[in-house]
Amino acid sequence: MSETLDILASASLWAAVLRIATPLLFGVLGALLCERSGVLNLGIEGIMTFGAMIAWLTVFKTGDLWFGLAAALACGALFGLLHGGLTVVLGLSQHVAGLGVTLLGSSLSYYLYRLAIPVSGSPPTITPFQPLKIPLLSDIPLLGEALFSQTAPTYLAILLTLAVAYALAKTPLGLAIRLVGENPHAAEAQGLDPIRLRIGVVAFGSALMALGGAFLTTAAFNSFFPTMVQGRGWVCIALVVFASWMPLRALGGALLFAFFDAFQLRLQHVTGKAAPYQLFLMIPYLMSIAALVVFARRAKVPQALMQPYRRGER
Amino acid sequence: MRLERRASVPPILYVAAPLAAVMVALAISGALIALAGASVPEAYRRMAIGAFGSRLAITETLTRATPLILTGLAAAVAFRARLWNIGAEGQFYIAALATAALGGAASAGGLLPGPLLIPFLMICGAAVGAMLLLAPLALRLRFGVDEVVVTLLLNFVVLLFVSMMIDGPLRDRMAFGWPQSVRVSPEAALPKLWQGTRLHVGLLVAVAMSVVVWIIQSRTAFGLEAKAAGFNPRAAAFAGVPIPKVLVGVACLSGGLAGLAGAIEVMGVKGYVTTDLSPGFGYAGIVVAMLAALNPIGVVAASLFVAATFVGVDGMSRALKVPSFIADVTVALSLLCVLVALTLVTYRIRR
Repeated sequence: MSETLDILASASLWAAVLRIATPLLFGVLGALLCERSGVLNLGIEGIMTFGAMIAWLTVFKTGDLWFGLAAALACGALFGLLHGGLTVVLGLSQHVAGLGVTLLGSSLSYYLYRLAIPVSGSPPTITPFQPLKIPLLSDIPLLGEALFSQTAPTYLAILLTLAVAYALAKTPLGLAIRLVGENPHAAEAQGLDPIRLRIGVVAFGSALMALGGAFLTTAAFNSFFPTMVQGRGWVCIALVVFASWMPLRALGGALLFAFFDAFQLRLQHVTGKAAPYQLFLMIPYLMSIAALVVFARRAKVPQALMQPYRRGER
Repeated sequence: MRLERRASVPPILYVAAPLAAVMVALAISGALIALAGASVPEAYRRMAIGAFGSRLAITETLTRATPLILTGLAAAVAFRARLWNIGAEGQFYIAALATAALGGAASAGGLLPGPLLIPFLMICGAAVGAMLLLAPLALRLRFGVDEVVVTLLLNFVVLLFVSMMIDGPLRDRMAFGWPQSVRVSPEAALPKLWQGTRLHVGLLVAVAMSVVVWIIQSRTAFGLEAKAAGFNPRAAAFAGVPIPKVLVGVACLSGGLAGLAGAIEVMGVKGYVTTDLSPGFGYAGIVVAMLAALNPIGVVAASLFVAATFVGVDGMSRALKVPSFIADVTVALSLLCVLVALTLVTYRIRR
């Protein structure tokens, strides 16, 4: 019991919570935006993998971390255009097209990575983002170390959440996005172009997903290896439901999820060999399923989610 | 620019479109192979030889196609009823583990003679696989939870569970190196179709299952109801189709097929379970199903294509220094191209 309390009182736990939450936050924001406009984007897992790969590779070749993030954003947007083309323009099944994008994104990442980096004993590394201490605030005991000595992308993720929340709720563009997600026919009657709008949102959302992957290789770790995304994309899709399609709740969900992940990791160390480590690793996935069960019924699903829009067809 | 439904579709297009799509996918993969500095025609020549060039190559391709036919059928029957079973990978593994556990125990106890043991283990594998899909279906029917995410997440849970079991209670203590499960008894090993190769009777079971599924889908009331549930659930319910009941049947069939794939792979090829027993058979099954446009007989052809790609790339990759991930890329590209092609069969682009 006291061990549990010790873990909870350590600043490193709370710092880890924010660090683990960051890629989820980017991913969940991206998925949430896509779904608010009416498009389920199951390409997320592959797009995150590609973002992780291309960001790492760019940094490895150029040495510029921000350049790496920019590359991830651009490639993510391209995958978004692909998914948008398939689901919005052609009106394909969003489930199947999304899985196709995921398969393409991951396999292409592995292929290009192997092409650039021939097989070696241990994967080459880069110098990742270093914690950015915010003056004064980072000196606060416990809180300072946990909240104000994170890497730059973590701050970016939190600011972005606030920006997306504001944009969706208060701006004309946000209203337009919500409208095409609820009722594209009404949106068109208002003079909006549902097809263009959806494609734009899917491209932007996918860029954010890729940024989530990029965080893994440029801040959380310092190398790329296959399967490193480890289902984080699917967790993000579950978190969107948990968040009821609201950005601020998504922040809460990502933090809660990251808390359990960081906690189980430390608990594993304390309990040692008492329980198999695989049991602890299952927790995040089982938690996501539990969250879906609890929140699925209460969630306010965008009414036109997964319905392709064809002009003149009902 | 807009899409317009074609008034009539020439039947030839249904066969020509997927073939053209695969050609496009191969052309894009060709560009990626060229990126690796290899000669593209040489690469494809070596792939063809690697997949079909010798007796050994052909049997390897068929051995690889066996689980793919079954996971492909699993995806095809589920998707047809719009039950999004993305969990074939997990169902494959949990059935494989159950087969190893029961098959190992049976050898110790001598419970069943060989000829009965094999069908018994197949049925157990199918049952376990079906159960793993019934759980997410129950969540969907009871709580309205999207089964896509649940089945996807369960894949990770099952793989961890398998890893835990072969690290613990089911570990083969005689094996060295990486953890592996206890072995199934030699009596449960599937007979070989061709001595000196790995090809086993599982292939015949898989092909038979595709015929069975075809009969179920085209000749039974249940098959029609499942199709109706997929096309328009509300209209089907209105016409008196008991949707939940039909979905339970579809889930048993789909999960059962994926489970059967796991049981057969253990009994036919390895004899035990490791965490790399499946190189993504469950996910590749989805591609197979879509390449076949969900047609159970087409699934056999599509499995051959996917299996040939993977087996063919093996040798080519080593000889020409092209990363073997090109096989996964080709398969993913084929899926996307076929999806587009099949849409363009029913719709045409109008300015």
